Amino acid sequence: MINQHDIIETVKMIGEHHLDVRTITMGISLLDCVSPSKEETAKRVYEKVVRNANDLVATGEKIAKMYGIPIVNKRVSVTPVSLVGSSSGGYLEIARALDKAAKEIGIDFIGGYSALVQKGATKQENDFLDTIPEALATTEKVCSSVNLASTRAGINMDVCGKVGRLIKETAYLTRDRESIGCAKFVAFANAVEDNPFMAGAFHGVGEADKVINVGVSGPGVVKTALERIGDADLGTVCETIKKTAFKVTRVGQLVAQKASEMLNANFGIVDLSLAPTPVVGDSVAHILEEIGLEQVGACGTTACLALLNDAVKKGGIMASSHVGGLSGAFIPVSEDIGMINAVNSGALSLNKLEAMTAVCSVGLDMIAIPGDTSAEVISALIADEAAIGVVNNKTTAVRVIPAYGKKVGDSVEFGGLLGQAPIMDISTVSPARFINRGGRIAAPVHANKN
Amino acid sequence: MRAYITVMGKDKVGIIAAVANTLSDCKINIEEINQTILQGTFTMIMAVDTKESSLSIEEINTELTKCGSALGVEIAIRHEDIFNAMHQI
Repeated sequence: MINQHDIIETVKMIGEHHLDVRTITMGISLLDCVSPSKEETAKRVYEKVVRNANDLVATGEKIAKMYGIPIVNKRVSVTPVSLVGSSSGGYLEIARALDKAAKEIGIDFIGGYSALVQKGATKQENDFLDTIPEALATTEKVCSSVNLASTRAGINMDVCGKVGRLIKETAYLTRDRESIGCAKFVAFANAVEDNPFMAGAFHGVGEADKVINVGVSGPGVVKTALERIGDADLGTVCETIKKTAFKVTRVGQLVAQKASEMLNANFGIVDLSLAPTPVVGDSVAHILEEIGLEQVGACGTTACLALLNDAVKKGGIMASSHVGGLSGAFIPVSEDIGMINAVNSGALSLNKLEAMTAVCSVGLDMIAIPGDTSAEVISALIADEAAIGVVNNKTTAVRVIPAYGKKVGDSVEFGGLLGQAPIMDISTVSPARFINRGGRIAAPVHANKN
Repeated sequence: MRAYITVMGKDKVGIIAAVANTLSDCKINIEEINQTILQGTFTMIMAVDTKESSLSIEEINTELTKCGSALGVEIAIRHEDIFNAMHQI
């Protein structure tokens, strides 16, 4: 028999400290669905998603019962729709087909209404980008992303400028639902092709036909482990996080292998990201506070986060045969009760969050800003974040909600995993001349590695 | 299938008997039992083999949950792989 303390530890991690598998995400290639006809492409997309992922929810539930661990979300990611629809131009038809398929098979989200335009955009890709607000406003499950920068290509500022306007339009079109459309859209630098997390999941063109990627979660487990070591030194803190991350990731590996086998799909990766939820006891901010900050946002926050992010990776890498996706600590504001509290008390500012994104995955995430924030300010915020990603050779992203009609002091309530976001103050000093220049910011010198 | 059953809650007369009866009804063989009082909580771990049982793990879980509700304790069954994965390299 396995050591009884180990068995009890597992039971308590799951029952009391919110250890769960955040998502099983099936990546499906839609490259074989391309057709010159809008209707035919949409039909093929619908049929392929339903055919391949029909058993995803039931399989997830079966695995959850077998191992006694919650599997919170079941999701699908698909080939970027800007590619699938470029022949027919029927992007919105594909969005509706994806939404219908997602509802038919009972999954939580479907990602991949995406474009990879880090260096330049074709006419078709520009047409696609223009459809994003309507796609997000007229579907429920569809998530969208745009990769507008990479370390190798630099930053596509034409697209960056456009994305600010698209986010504003999305906020307006979904103004009767707290501008929720913006919570389903993310702008990336150095996007990854095997990310299981939303809103940024898409199925890269370098991937196999059908792949299972799994994202684990366990901020509560890490915090509880740190509570046990009291005031031990930071070396002990790192070791404790590493050991915990190892155990958490092993669960992800087990679930990913089992799901791949049962669904007859390739095993892709396990994403090590520590993903919080708005539930008490499931907060990344509270881990940082347990390390020794009075509240997240204090001086020292970036250092504590760097330590956490690195230790999670070191512990997780040995636990999985293939680590990928975003793999770090997430710091969404609306989805983390500790972050929400810190914003409400004034301890955590947007500027501090931006600094934090330099040392963790992924970026400025689920941040609500005043509804009258200009498109140029949003574009410039994205450019700043992209610059951090491009220069540091890491993934960064921006998911902001310029909540229509709201101002600092208000909040928006999305419910479920998306949580609740206080409206944060953002500089209104104009970057318009910079954004309106357009063009590209060249790749950094260290991109020239060959 | 080899699995571990964990029973945790307030101690009272008849917990082991009731759980053993439920398992016997489900044709599940108990291979090992380890029972103790941990920080005032009745804690029992059973290693079991379900190969003789015609029930799925979901159905076994339902039976055990029913038994746990009647006793006022929490009972769960998990495939051994999750414990092996987390605690053995």
